[in-house]
Amino acid sequence: MSGSLTSSSFPKNASAALANPPLLKAIAHIEETLVSGRRRAVDALPEFEALRDAGRDIKAHTLKHIDLYLETFERKVVEAGGFVHWAADAAEANRIILEICQATGAHRVTKGKSMITEEVGLNAFLKENGITPVETDLGEYIIQLRGETPSHIIAPAVHVNKEQVAADFRRAHADLDPTRNLDEPVSLLAEARGVLRERFLSADVGITGANFLVAETGSTVIVTNEGNGDLTQILPKTHIVLASIEKVVPTLEDVATIMRLLARSATGQEMSVYTTFSTGPRRADDPDGPEAFHVVLLDNGRSAMLGSEFEDMLRCIRCGACINHCPVYRSIGGHAYGSVYPGPMGSVLTPSLQGLEKSAHLANASTLCGRCESVCPMRIPLPKMLRHWREKEFERHLTPKKARFGLAAWRFLAARPRLYGVATRLAAWSLARLAGKDGALGQVPLAGGWTRWRDLPAPEGGTFRTEWAKRGRK
Amino acid sequence: MSSRDAILGRIRRSLGASGVDATRLAAVRHRLTETPVNVVPARGQLPAAERVELFVRKASDIFATVARIDHRDDIPAAVADYLRGRNLPQAIRRGEDPRLAGLPWQREAQLAVAIGPSAGQDLAGLSYADAGVAETGTVVLTSGVNNPTTLNFLPDHHIVVVDASTVAGDYETVWADLRRRFGAGAMPRTVNLVTGPSRSADIEETLLLGAHGPRSLHILVVG
Repeated sequence: MSGSLTSSSFPKNASAALANPPLLKAIAHIEETLVSGRRRAVDALPEFEALRDAGRDIKAHTLKHIDLYLETFERKVVEAGGFVHWAADAAEANRIILEICQATGAHRVTKGKSMITEEVGLNAFLKENGITPVETDLGEYIIQLRGETPSHIIAPAVHVNKEQVAADFRRAHADLDPTRNLDEPVSLLAEARGVLRERFLSADVGITGANFLVAETGSTVIVTNEGNGDLTQILPKTHIVLASIEKVVPTLEDVATIMRLLARSATGQEMSVYTTFSTGPRRADDPDGPEAFHVVLLDNGRSAMLGSEFEDMLRCIRCGACINHCPVYRSIGGHAYGSVYPGPMGSVLTPSLQGLEKSAHLANASTLCGRCESVCPMRIPLPKMLRHWREKEFERHLTPKKARFGLAAWRFLAARPRLYGVATRLAAWSLARLAGKDGALGQVPLAGGWTRWRDLPAPEGGTFRTEWAKRGRK
Repeated sequence: MSSRDAILGRIRRSLGASGVDATRLAAVRHRLTETPVNVVPARGQLPAAERVELFVRKASDIFATVARIDHRDDIPAAVADYLRGRNLPQAIRRGEDPRLAGLPWQREAQLAVAIGPSAGQDLAGLSYADAGVAETGTVVLTSGVNNPTTLNFLPDHHIVVVDASTVAGDYETVWADLRRRFGAGAMPRTVNLVTGPSRSADIEETLLLGAHGPRSLHILVVG
């Protein structure tokens, strides 16, 4: 399983994931770590719900004025001695970053963890052009060695177990003692730390993403736990930040509010270890820090989401809470989605970025149970937006034939109340008959997809409409 | 048309808004100059002594170690103690911060004190924090010749001095202080909010300390 999967083969990908026990075992950790961690952190902060309201309001205000905040941000970066570049799409962002690397004469590039560079496919592009980027976040480093893509936006290697990591390290670090012990995560971490330390110190350019762009100060902000994002940006001569336009927030106060939501929702920490504000290049008397600072602002479909039914999605702060709480993600992991962003947030965002034609399945990769919305720190109505995509899928005739036929049949019945009553009564009666004494059905015509995995409980009593009529419509 | 103009144009079309609309401009100007405070947790809103206690407790919760000392002059001995306790060589690297420069380092005859940014060879670094934040046990460090940013990340052990009088209840208090010192809307190159030692849970969600940054964070609270 890797980045070769596409969203258009989602049903096949999902079936393969369900038949992959090591994967299921690996993602099972999410419950006792990320989900229960979030619960504890939220319970320990009485203001959490009020902060969610405030976070939503900050982003809503910002999105209504985003053109002005971006202009302010740009002016402040330039005042601090940095450069701002605007990229309409992935190809332009990649080209801008390559040109900066080439102008710097860069051979060695380190990278902090950044989903946005995954979105534009930066690594592959740089490699094609003779520059090898080195991922430095432990999880990203592991999947880079494996030739995979992240299967989770904050825990990119959540699908990998320690034995696999040990095998990857033995293969990649062939100059180290082959008899060394790599049984435990702690020895794996120590080895990665040693290997990557060299890379940090010899890099020419460091590339990071951003959790926030602060209009008030022209600062870019990254939030990390390992410290790799910081070593990536303070050691090389040039620091490049790639960030999408909706990362902008007005003030430091607004960062503080969203910061209080971010780590708690993501990992259950009250605060990530390193929250770093970077403003321009090093100053005249600074003894360290990058000599050049570039920010690349990426649109890639986002400006078109403004003012649409998907505008609320631009409030997303990429905490991953919706993913951790999604029963579908928890059953199949991230790669099956075949998109850069998995889980509920990915299923809403991906069609906006790459077109519904390539990702029509994703809106259906949800039970619409609503857990995602209930934990989203920015109160994004994810199920509502998934339904919007389902409507569009139907309107554009992207829904599979069988499903269209089923929906048409249902509409035919639903529009004829008397016929509907007769049909449902008949169906309930025959199902109850078929089930016999156990009250459960092992096989039902047209419902093989359901009964292959579990029995269908047989209907008891009358239909809803007959019961409703009996009880005097109260 | 440049991509800049194209993106801003698309945004304005999508929003049905104009870039010179006086109401919109005023709303943005107001927010940027008044910097309104949103929701601030009550937990940090405490009298000074309790605020420092909360800071110590929160920092300890996230695996930092904390020692409290009465005077700045006690810093050299506290540093030497820490290194001895960890069985580390008596060597430390610090910046030019006058609050560190003027200390009686000669009292610790064994302790070698290097000055300037780290190139990655140092086992222990010493920094003076601008502030502490009680609500999460966070220390705030700013870049510059006084406290080079490389000292926050390259050494295996990071010792950070915080004056008890600079321990704030919340981040908002720290922002106000930054604006006073550096000017409204201005920032030093790097501001680091550090909450505990470096960590990773990227292998099987197992929490490990000392990923790429310091394996340990030791905080000296003065006063």
